[in-house]
Formats: sequence, structure tokens, C-alpha cells
Amino acid sequence: MIRFEDVSVTYDGQDAPVVRGVDLTVPEGELVLLVGPSGVGKSTVLGAVSGLVPHFTGGTLRGRVTVAGRDTRLHKPRELADVVGTVGQDPLSHFVTDTVEDELAYGMESLGLAPDVMRRRVEETLDLLGLADLRDRPVAALSGGQQQRVAIGSVLTPHPRVLVLDEPTSALDPAAAEEVLAVLQRLVHDLGTTVLMAEHRLERVVHHADRVVLLPAPGAAPVTGTPAEVMAVSPVHPPVVSLGRLAGWSPLPLTVRDARRRAGALRERLARVAPDGPPEPPAHGTPGGAPAEAGPGAPGSRVATHPSRTAAAVPPTHGTPAGPVPGTPGGRTAAGPSGPGAAGSGGLGATGPGAPSATGADGPASAPGGTAAGAGPRRPGLLAGLRAGLFRGRATAASPTAGPAAAPPTAGPGAAGPAPAASVEGLVVRRGRVEALRGVALDVAAGETVALMGRNGAGKSTLLSALVGLVEPAAGRVRVGGAAPHRTAPRDLVRLVGLVPQEPRDLLYADTVAAECAAADRDAGAAPGTCRALVTRLLPGVGDDAHPRDLSEGQRLALALSVVLAARPPLLLLDEPTRGLDYAAKARLVAVLRGLAADGHAIVLATHDVELAAELAHRVVILADGERVADGPADDVVLASPSFAPQVTKVLAPQRWLTVAQVRAALGAAGDGEADA
Amino acid sequence: MKPPKDRRDRRTPGTAVSRAAVRDTGAGPRARWFPRAPEAHRSNALHAGAWWLWALGLGATASRTTNPLLLALVVGVVCYVVAARRTRAPWSRSYGAFVGLALAVLGVRLAFAVLLGSGVPGTHTLLTLPEVPLPGWAQGVRIGGRVTAEGVVFALYDGLRLATLLICVGAANALAHPARLLKSLPGALYEAGVAAVVALTFAPNLIADVRRLRAARRLRGRPDRGLRGLLQVGLPVLEGALERSVALAAAMDARGYGRTLPVPAAVRRTTAVLTLGGLAAVCAGTYGLLTADGSGYGPPLLLAGTAAVLAGLWLGGRRSPRTRYRPDAWGVRAWLVAASGAAAAVLPLLAGAYGSAALHPSVVPLTAPVLPLWPAAAVLLGLVPAFAAPIPREPS
Repeated sequence: MIRFEDVSVTYDGQDAPVVRGVDLTVPEGELVLLVGPSGVGKSTVLGAVSGLVPHFTGGTLRGRVTVAGRDTRLHKPRELADVVGTVGQDPLSHFVTDTVEDELAYGMESLGLAPDVMRRRVEETLDLLGLADLRDRPVAALSGGQQQRVAIGSVLTPHPRVLVLDEPTSALDPAAAEEVLAVLQRLVHDLGTTVLMAEHRLERVVHHADRVVLLPAPGAAPVTGTPAEVMAVSPVHPPVVSLGRLAGWSPLPLTVRDARRRAGALRERLARVAPDGPPEPPAHGTPGGAPAEAGPGAPGSRVATHPSRTAAAVPPTHGTPAGPVPGTPGGRTAAGPSGPGAAGSGGLGATGPGAPSATGADGPASAPGGTAAGAGPRRPGLLAGLRAGLFRGRATAASPTAGPAAAPPTAGPGAAGPAPAASVEGLVVRRGRVEALRGVALDVAAGETVALMGRNGAGKSTLLSALVGLVEPAAGRVRVGGAAPHRTAPRDLVRLVGLVPQEPRDLLYADTVAAECAAADRDAGAAPGTCRALVTRLLPGVGDDAHPRDLSEGQRLALALSVVLAARPPLLLLDEPTRGLDYAAKARLVAVLRGLAADGHAIVLATHDVELAAELAHRVVILADGERVADGPADDVVLASPSFAPQVTKVLAPQRWLTVAQVRAALGAAGDGEADA
Repeated sequence: MKPPKDRRDRRTPGTAVSRAAVRDTGAGPRARWFPRAPEAHRSNALHAGAWWLWALGLGATASRTTNPLLLALVVGVVCYVVAARRTRAPWSRSYGAFVGLALAVLGVRLAFAVLLGSGVPGTHTLLTLPEVPLPGWAQGVRIGGRVTAEGVVFALYDGLRLATLLICVGAANALAHPARLLKSLPGALYEAGVAAVVALTFAPNLIADVRRLRAARRLRGRPDRGLRGLLQVGLPVLEGALERSVALAAAMDARGYGRTLPVPAAVRRTTAVLTLGGLAAVCAGTYGLLTADGSGYGPPLLLAGTAAVLAGLWLGGRRSPRTRYRPDAWGVRAWLVAASGAAAAVLPLLAGAYGSAALHPSVVPLTAPVLPLWPAAAVLLGLVPAFAAPIPREPS
């Protein structure tokens, strides 16, 4: 159906081809996934199928591309419109008309189909994509997932034999992404449509693919094979594949179900080394310092890290310490309960014995004290939880990397801790007559990372906007560093809070990186060079005179982040930061954000990316229809919800693992421990 | 997910029906013999042309009178129909902007009359502003000075007429998006129509971009208000708009915009001859109609030219393979709405009301305006759409 014969594409003004030597045949009715790191030419390959490359983009295409027997050199995109349907990354720029129904009909009108055929297909497509309720709605008023479905529907109605999709699920929440993928699956199975799709979020799509084409590097020849074969060598792969590679499973599992069926042995092994799941809370897995490795083989120091770490990450409401398991070292068993104990006592402050015992949590000997103190205030309710949050902030802020030695001094003054980085009470935001947020409360402590999740349009971005004063609360109170953001002058506000918007390029005005940095320093009143130093740290190898628009998504995000961080705001907000990032860029982002949290920055991220939330967040807040429906420690919340659970959690349930890194660390530590013993 | 949706679906028509029932009870026994307007959906949607004819008919009446009572009646009729039949679509919100613009026009007209004086001679002095002495060459212009009641009333009538016209156009815009009107263009012009529609969406997108980028300035710690802020986001906004246009052009190309069918060369040539010749004939005919001695050849030439252009358009449409998806049908209700507008414009003419003093109440000497009966009745016919047009559905 699609045939590439030794295709290479060179854009005007570039010396080297973007893609080279692509030989590819996609038979009819296959779903083929195009994967690879950012910038390897995935979009170029997709564009070559629809004829937009080179007819529309310019450049030189060598070799030959045929689609359904038509050579794209001889046929313009409009003459291929009846066999190829293309959906780009941004559905909004795809829409020609203004209502859903007209949009679905537009392609058919261009092809000149009979009115009764058009009518029938529009009705079928409305049902197929679940859009019947929205048929009269203006497309601009739809949510992201709905827009994406309309965009797919609009190219489906002419019944193309080939469907080309560029990142169809990147902007969608997990449920909406599932919907879109289910539709694609149905098209392939029921109608025999050939689908060629590029996607970064492999965990969502790889198991739907019949074959995977990997573009390993710019200009490198593609590798084609079954998903399992390609995933075994691919530099980009979903967590379930990393877990499979870690555990040495062959063939590699691609779905949670496959992995679960093989995971029995791994679960047992993990149960031996860490019966209650990860020994360390996720977000503090590997920040700088890494005290877990500090004491060479000394059980005392190792265990002693737990009180401070657990206290730093798990509020007392998470009062389900693992039961004592015979056979594990005593110190570890004590460490579980003493965490809540320390946090609870910190929150209440006045509980005499709590603080000292937490202070003395230096080794196994103090464990009973900790447990005793923990037993009392373990369920002091939400209030103590919040105040424990204050304490937590202080603890982390004061001792980002110090480990156990720094824990004692901070445990005492917990009750008189500093104001939280942000506090929101009973926030109501109206947009027109719609209440975008209703009675939302949120407290963020310094050093804490909070993930805001929820479906598209649930109010995540609105909450972030309220925190930077872009929208005015209709009722309720918003305080950031003690100030009301919408009444604070922008010049002062940047030192309190920084937001990296969904589209980082909105923040960038200048035409070189250096000018952007200079402007950022001026705006923030920071010493000249502050921003440039941040850029160098976050984004090594980007020249001063690069144009921000020429950077890749990940680089642009890093630049915007540097610009925001130049003012050193204690509260950092990120809206959908992983959109369009490949796994490598995401890993770099995670490392950077962990470092920032360890430095005492409070971070709030609005994200659909459950894997990101699992890796970074201490706390997860789920919004639905403008209301807060869940708020709790990351592992509790994501474990409780199948749609927000990361793949590793699903594979290893009922054990409480969130990320591959945790599993790797636990297995590695177990190896060390056994070696020590 | 499913059950709540179903419930909402069931409830929505319910509320619409109950509201219609309330209105009909208010209207008394008429509810029994006047068939209730159905709920609007796509197939019974009123043709956009009908709305525009209605609005222009009322506008025509407004443009031929300065009687404030009649103008107020027109505004009242238009506002009532808009309130009763406006949808919740984004373009419907533009009505408020049009009303604001109309008020601004009225205010500016009055301010000019007060500050600069008016040519209307008057005897009733309201107040005397200090007059700015002007040099001799500025004869005929004065700033400040005597403000007469006659001058102010004249300006008020004049401004009111312009404001009413604006409100009529705004109503048409709110009730029928211009894009829907463009969809009724002949096939040969369809592609141009789509381009115009896309251009129409350009402005709202640009405004949204400006808002977003000004908000982003706040994130950089720069003031987000003021002219400088606006100027600094100018370049990024234009860049963004250009990028979006290119992306849209690519999408339209890939979706078959501008596909053509092969047509014989003879047809192509005939099309060109008909269109160009027709346009020339239309120009000549119009000239003939307007000059004093050309009334003999003017009208026939104009008619022939129009026919030739229409034939050319029809032939040209054969090059485009386009078909129409659910075009707006021109039904009984569209006839009613269009006819009510036409009646509002034409009836006063037939009744010989034009030229009567009631349509242009005298300003010098000042008299109280009287509501002329026939034109007022004709304007009231403009209320027909509020009962004949389908009721817009409540958004779900």
C-alpha cells in the first residue's frame, strides 16, 4: 500500500539529508508505528506519504514513494486526498470550517461525493468516534481530545485507504488517548485501513502496532520488525519494555498483561528484598546526595535514612506501615512506622516525645520510640496532614541532600514552619458562566512536587493560571509566598512564582538564545549571566546565537525553564511539560526537576503523563470538572486508580512499585546487601 | 459516562418545550392556532440569506427616516428577535460589540454637535461654551460657542439612524454567521468563499494569540498592560499567525482543496468569454442607467450582462468537482422571515408614507415627533422571525 524505495530527503539550505536510504513497504491493513528520538525525521517520512514532502515543504526527495500505486512525484497532495488522510500534530490548525459536522464533511465535499453518501458517512463517523453529541458545536470550543477525534474523523469520512497520524495521542489524557487508539484499532480491523503513525508515548501505542519502524538516528537507515524485536534494540522504549529488559524476559512483553504473566518470579524476588514495595519514596529515589549509598555496608546509617526520607515524602495519613516481616533487618521494620511518627509529631509540634524520638532516629535502637510516637498522632486527620506538609517543606528545604544528620534540628520547629510556597482555599474561577474551578484547595510546601492530573478540561491549567495571577478568583483565596498573585505587579511576582506554559515558545521573544537570556536577567533583576549559566547546565551544547524557534521541543522547554528560573522563584509551575518530548529529553527533565525540588523549589506540574507523575511527584492531586477529587501521596493515589497507574505499578501490583528505576535500585541494593552479608 | 449524557439529552428538549409553553401561555389564545416554532437543528435551520434579508429590510426602513420613535421601534424589534433566536455560538456574542459600537457612534455624533456646533440654525440656546478664536482662513469652522437645542436634536436623530443601521447589521451577524452565507455561493466561487471563511477566522485567532502572549509577558515579569506590551508581542503574534496559516494551507491541500476536473478547452474558453463579456455589459448597462440619455439601452444591457455572468459562473462551476453537504434549505419559514423584512422596507413605500412629514420630524422649529401609523405597523411585522424561526437549542 505504501512503498518507499531508497528515499532520501534534503530540505533546502541543508547539507545533509534528513532521512536517508528509507526502504519500506507497508502492506494493506497494517498498523505501523514509526518510532525514534526527536529530530530523526519521523515527520518528514509521514509527510512524504501524503505528498506534502516535497510538494508543500520544498526540498529534494530522491528515490520513489508510491501510495496505492500512485507516485507522489506525479501527484500533488490534493490528488492523493482520496487515498491518504493526514492528521498533523496540532488539530486546531487542521480545521477549515467552524462546526464539527461541517468539518467532517469538508474532505468529502472536496472530493465531490454525492450528498446522500456524505450524509451517511458523517452519521457513521459521528457514531464511530463518539461525537454525536457534539455535532453542532464550534470546533474551537472543544477539548483537546474531542478536537483530536474530530480531526481524525474529518480525514476518515472520505474513506482513505491510508491514514497518516503524527503524534495523535500526545496532547490527550490517558482515557481520551485510549478512545482514539480504540478507534484506530477498529479502523484497521474492520475496514482494513492502513495506518502509519508516529508517537512519542510508546507506552500507549506500541502494543497496538503490527510492525514498528525505528529511525535510530538522523540520516540512519530504518530498522523494521515486529514490536518486540524492535523494542529490544530501540533507544526509545516504554517502561514495560525497560522492565522486561531489566528482568531479562524474552520475547519482550509489550503489554501490561504479557508482563504480568511473566512477572511472577520478579515479584517474588522483589518481595524478598523489599516486601512493602520500594524502600524509598519515589520522588527521592535518586536526588543528589543519595545517602542510601553513603554508608558502605553499615546497616545503621542505611536504616537511619528512612525516618527523614519517609517523613519528607509521606504525610501521616499514609498510615499503613508494613507489618514487621521476620527475616528483614530490624532497623528496616522500625523505619516504616517511624516515618509517619516523625511527620505526625512534627505537625503537631507539641507532642513531646515525638520530636525527640524522631531526632534520635539514628539507628535501630530508637525505633520503638518512633513507633510509639507514631501510634498516637497517626490519624490526626487532614489538618495535621497539612501541617505535616509545612514541616516537610522545612525539612527538605533546610537539608536537601544532607541525610540523617540534618533531620533532627528540623523536626522540632516543625509547627512554626514557614508559610507554604502556595496555598489555595476554596478557589472558584469562572469563565463566562462556566465555573472552571469550584472550591479547590491546595497547599504546596517548599521542596514538594505535586502532580495535577485529570482529563482534558478538568481545570488543571486554570489552577496554574490562578497561581500566577493570570485569572482572577471569583471567590476563595490564593496566596503565593504570602501575596495574592493577581494583585501583585508582574515584576515582583516573577520572584515568587514561575510558570512554564504549555507552549514554551510563548515565553520566548528574542531571536537568539543569548538575547533571550540577557532579557531574562533584566526582567528578573538577576545578575547578568544567571540565565545563561542555567541554560548551559540544562542544555549543554546550545550556542548563543541559535534562534529559539530552531530548537527542538525539549530544548525550547529547557530554555523557557531557564528563563523562568533566572528569577529563582520558590514555586515553579509546569503545564504539560512532556508534550512532544522523547524519552531521553524526558529523563533529562526529570533529573533537572528533581534537582530543583532538592534545592527547595516547590513544583506543581499539570500532566497527563502518568509515568512522569510516578517518577517525580510526592503528591498527586486529581481534578475532575473543576473539583478536587483526590489528593494524597503519589503512590497511594496512582495505585488506587487504574487509569492513572504507571505501567510498572500495574505489572507488579499488589506490590507498590512505581518506576523501573526503583525496581532496578532495589534489585541492585539487594545484590549489594547479599554481597555484604 | 453514558447515563448522565442520556439524562441530559432528555432534559434539554424538555426545558425548551416548557419555556415555549410559558411564552405561548403569555401570548394568550394565539397558542392554539399559531403552530409553535420547532427546535432548531441543522435541517430546519433558517437560511442565512433569510436573516440577512430581514435585517437589511429593517435597516432600509431605518435609513429612510429620522423619526426617533420609529427608529427606537426598529431597535426594539431587532433586539427582541435577537434575544429570542440567538444561539450560543461564539459569533453570536458579537451582537454586544455591535450595540456598543452603535452607542459609541451616537455619542461621537452628539459630542461633535456640541463641540463643533452644527449647521442647523436654532433659537433655543441650551448653553454657551467658550469659543476658541480661529484665524480668518478657518472661516466656517468654529470650536465651542452656542449650543442650541435644535442642533443637538438634529445630531441625535442623525446619530440614532446610523446606530440603528449598525444594530441591524449586528443582528444579522449574530443570527447567521457570514460564513454560512458564503456557503450558498455558486460552485465557481466556492473556493474563494472558503478562503474568505478562513480569513474570517484569522482575526479571532489573532486576538486570542495577542491575549495569550500578553499573559505570557506577565510570566516574564513584564507589565502585561499598556501599549508597549502590545507592540512587543506584535512580532511573535504575526510569526505565529504565519505558521498557523502555512499549517492550515498544508492541511487544506492534503484534504483536497482546489481539486479540479478536466474540462474541454472549448468550455473553458466559453466560460472566459461569458464572464468577461458579461462583466463589461454590466458596467456599460449601469453607466447607461445612471446617465440621463442612456435610459434606453441601459436596462436591457444590464440584464443581458447579468445573465452572461451567471452563465459563466455556472459553466465555471463544472471545473470544480465539489458537492455540498446539507446546504441550508430555503423553506416556508425562510420565506416568512425574508418577507417580513421585505414588508418592513416596502410597505411604507406602498402606503405613500414616504415624503410625509412624520418620517422626518421637523427640527426647526422644534416639534414633538409623532409615531406614523403605517410605517410603525410595517416595522412591527419585523417581529415575525421571533415566532417563525426555529428556537435555538440550549447547549448541552
